[in-house]
Amino acid sequence: MPEATQVSPTADPADAAVAVALRGLTKSFGDVVAVDGVDLDIYDGEFLTLLGPSGSGKTTVLRMIAGFELPSGGQIELSGRDVTKLAPFERDVNTVFQDYALFPHMSVLQNVEYGLRVKKVAKGERRQRALEALASVQLAGFEQRKPSQMSGGQRQRVALARALVNRPSVLLLDEPLGALDLKLREQMQVELKELQRQVGITFIFVTHDQEEALTMSDRIAVFNQGRIEQVGTPADVYERPTTSFVAGFVGTSNLLQGSAAEQVLGSPGIFSVRPEKIRIVDVQDQAEQGQHSVSGVVRDVVYVGAATRFVVDLDVGGYLVALQQNVQASSTDVMQMRGRDVRLVWSRDHEFRVADAT
Amino acid sequence: MTLSRPAKWAFGLMAVVCLAFIYVPLTVVVINSFNASRVFSWPPQGFTTEWWHAALNNPGARSAALTSVLVAVAATLFALVMGSLVAFALGRYSFFGRQTVSLLIILPLALPGIVTALALRTAFKPWLGTSWEWLGVAVGPTVIAAHATFCIVVIYNNVIARLRRMGTSPEEASMDLGAGVFTTFRLVTFPLIRPALVAGAVLAFGLSFDEIVVTLFTAPADVTTLPIWIFQSLFRPNQGPIVNVVAALLVLISVIPVYLSQKLSGDPGHAGGRI
Repeated sequence: MPEATQVSPTADPADAAVAVALRGLTKSFGDVVAVDGVDLDIYDGEFLTLLGPSGSGKTTVLRMIAGFELPSGGQIELSGRDVTKLAPFERDVNTVFQDYALFPHMSVLQNVEYGLRVKKVAKGERRQRALEALASVQLAGFEQRKPSQMSGGQRQRVALARALVNRPSVLLLDEPLGALDLKLREQMQVELKELQRQVGITFIFVTHDQEEALTMSDRIAVFNQGRIEQVGTPADVYERPTTSFVAGFVGTSNLLQGSAAEQVLGSPGIFSVRPEKIRIVDVQDQAEQGQHSVSGVVRDVVYVGAATRFVVDLDVGGYLVALQQNVQASSTDVMQMRGRDVRLVWSRDHEFRVADAT
Repeated sequence: MTLSRPAKWAFGLMAVVCLAFIYVPLTVVVINSFNASRVFSWPPQGFTTEWWHAALNNPGARSAALTSVLVAVAATLFALVMGSLVAFALGRYSFFGRQTVSLLIILPLALPGIVTALALRTAFKPWLGTSWEWLGVAVGPTVIAAHATFCIVVIYNNVIARLRRMGTSPEEASMDLGAGVFTTFRLVTFPLIRPALVAGAVLAFGLSFDEIVVTLFTAPADVTTLPIWIFQSLFRPNQGPIVNVVAALLVLISVIPVYLSQKLSGDPGHAGGRI
């Protein structure tokens, strides 16, 4: 897509790869501060996910980039051009809405053609491009249907085609998979990522689903209470969360803090270790060089098929969750672990210090 | 919920009695319009279409019907514009006093007709003598304005309900795809609210067409709508059979708009209005 990679000639070469720049972006609704000073550079061709719980401001950020909300403060640049005050129809971005927002009175083809039609693209060309877009989302043959005659997954694809047909420099997706059932959602995650690689357009994807974010993104920006807590690759965010909020929201939090942290790790602060990094051994066993260990009592055992989740109350206070693959164990074996004294062991490389909760 | 057999019968009977209470008198009117007896003796003396001929050729009834249609059309068109504008203002923007304005808009429906009539008559006093001649019959601007006060409510109710149901995302999607404000209205908003406009207009037309209290108080002396004509004819000798025919016709005609508006709004029972 030439538009997607083209660099605005006026842009500073150092900023050349930045597709969207958010500078001190703020939005208040009355007394409520929904977005509180967000700074973020989103690069050309990147799949960036805004991840956070509901009310964390991620959707508001997306709506400001689209132009549906005017920021209370700060600046938005698209390819180096300040678009903060521009109307939605003056920005080279397109949106896939959470409820798809298809036009119910138009056929699928008319929906997809809409953007080209209002931009006065000649009839032949727009028909051609709309058909191509529909084919690219596997909807060839559905042109004359009305949105109400299609399933949720199909409407989702129409919404995608309707946005992509305009060849925007940035595509905004507002929890587009939220309404789909699990199987379809997983399938669409793969397809979306595939599509993004093919077209090379910058995707900004909003979700509250951490697995979705980890699966699809090049980078993830984790939102909490209107601020970005951490920006990084999925591996960064999952394995090296910088705050206890990120540790808790992306994966199971598993925090050691206060006196427990001091006794086990030998230093104060808040530490986290992922459940799958913890090994359960006999309470008599000792930790080896480069490992940390802590003893406790198994409070709860949850069999989840491929693995088992153990909740262990620590003798030093607090608890940790350990996830063990069921390589040999059967469900009856693991259930007998409840109430036993055990020792939890993990490598020091897998524990990380996190900042206090905001 | 499952009902016992006796309960089903009891409720069924109650429903039949209630419906009969409403519809038997109306049926009698229709039957009497074919009754050969001039004084409506019951059971009917015989079948005749004489009254229908007489009524359809009665110049008073015909010009009164035309007057009613013209007044209703004018009031409805006026209300379509005003009612939609109000609905957009209150449904799409928030501003100081919005709740109050919303209440004030709906209130005319609840106010006693006689009070509205009296108030409008007082307010319109200087123009009560003014009438225009349209298509050969006299039409009063005061009547049109008076009818518009309640027609606006019906349109407003329909349009705002529709706006709430469709939300803002179709319009946002349109602008997102590059359409400006007017293109968005033309291609998205208007087609989506059109059913509400049609349903509201049909209902408003019906309300205006059979309105009598407000009309009596606000019509210039030379403006005679159909309800007024019926009302006046009741006190004249020998007009009974013709009035009956007109009444029967009105019953048939008024069924159509209610049916249409239910069909078109796709949301029966939500249209609202006094009928």
